[in-house]
Amino acid sequence: MAHPDLEVGTEAFSGPGPMVPLRYRVRSRRDDLDDTVTLELEPVDEPTARPGPGQFNMLWAFGIGEAPISLAGLDGDVLVHTIRRVGAVTAALCAAVPGDEIGVRGPYGVGWDLDRARGRDVVVVAGGLGLAPVRPIVTELVDHRDQFGRVAVLVGARSPDDLLYRDELAEWRSHLDLDVEVTVDTATPSWRGDVGVVTRLIGRNPNEPANTTAFVCGPEVMMRFCALALIDDGTPPDEIFVSMERNMHCAIGHCGHCQLDALFVCKDGPVLSWPTVEPLLRVRER
Amino acid sequence: MKTISDLLAEQPVFAGLAPETLELIAGCGQNVRFTTDERILAENEPADRFYLLRSGRVAVEIDTPRQGPKTIETIGAGDLLGVSWLLPPYRWTFDARAVEPTRALAIDAACLRRKCDADPALGYELFKRFAGLVRDRLNTTRLQLLDLYGNGAS
Repeated sequence: MAHPDLEVGTEAFSGPGPMVPLRYRVRSRRDDLDDTVTLELEPVDEPTARPGPGQFNMLWAFGIGEAPISLAGLDGDVLVHTIRRVGAVTAALCAAVPGDEIGVRGPYGVGWDLDRARGRDVVVVAGGLGLAPVRPIVTELVDHRDQFGRVAVLVGARSPDDLLYRDELAEWRSHLDLDVEVTVDTATPSWRGDVGVVTRLIGRNPNEPANTTAFVCGPEVMMRFCALALIDDGTPPDEIFVSMERNMHCAIGHCGHCQLDALFVCKDGPVLSWPTVEPLLRVRER
Repeated sequence: MKTISDLLAEQPVFAGLAPETLELIAGCGQNVRFTTDERILAENEPADRFYLLRSGRVAVEIDTPRQGPKTIETIGAGDLLGVSWLLPPYRWTFDARAVEPTRALAIDAACLRRKCDADPALGYELFKRFAGLVRDRLNTTRLQLLDLYGNGAS
């Protein structure tokens, strides 16, 4: 019988053990940006349990280490992950080419509660690489458009050259019943779109704020100001959800690296409601 | 057909103002249009008016040596363009250019300042409203300066 502690946070895990990765093979690779790639991973043997939008996997670069990466899409058993090169592990993952093997353990964490938003207006706000974890939300909204009210997708990026998923943004924009707005922090005059922080897009869309559920993902400061702008606009605080990023190691609530007060972001999050996380974000970290 | 006063009432910055106050401001206003890429303001020129955008999009730019103009922000319907008319020396501190066909209400600055001087209550009310907009712009500019998405951030 397993030690009872080892069962914490592993409810959804179907593999050989909570710390043992399953073998996946890179099916395809797309270079999104200079430092960002999207990998499609297919199982070599058994697949992981089916991940939900907003959950994450620990991806192993064998011999180097592992990193928590949010799910950016799912095609049957094929996992889609978008990875930015920021350290040794992610550099190795970003260097992977079709045919290479990567270890996957997961899925972990609490994802986006899309069922809560059915029948309501929806605002999705994403900044930078934060577009990856909300991509499955937008896919769901597009695929089941009749189940939701008015939908706005608000995207912020550093510059036009740093925009993720350009083809998909164009495709989403082609839907007449989807309000997709993009803004960048800096641009040259050749850019004909919006310039300014993504918070400025909040309140421009025709959603009914009191009937809106908001999903926000991006740098913590951005999410904080987005939540405040959404509340200013009339969105109920408990209808605002953010995806927190912390230093996740074990992913099962044991090691404490991702601990935020009483919360383990890997297990209780990464998606958390604004009333849950707001008091914690006011604590200054050193 | 909507009057200038009706159009002013639709602008967020003037929301809730009494009809007679809107009429007073409307006396300084006129409808204007700009074509794509038309220059609206130029740095260091007299800030003799300001604009309330009704439709379209305007880029606020600063010219930089060797790199040319840089867009600081874009603004659209319901936004205010220009606050340098409020305080001396009444000169623009940036450029502004329409990036798509744009309609706006242009308010004659000297005309409105005269009315504010004659009616300090009106002046105080308008200054509070414009100060709120300046605060909001300052806050968003601070966020932009953080370069949130760079250096390995999300």
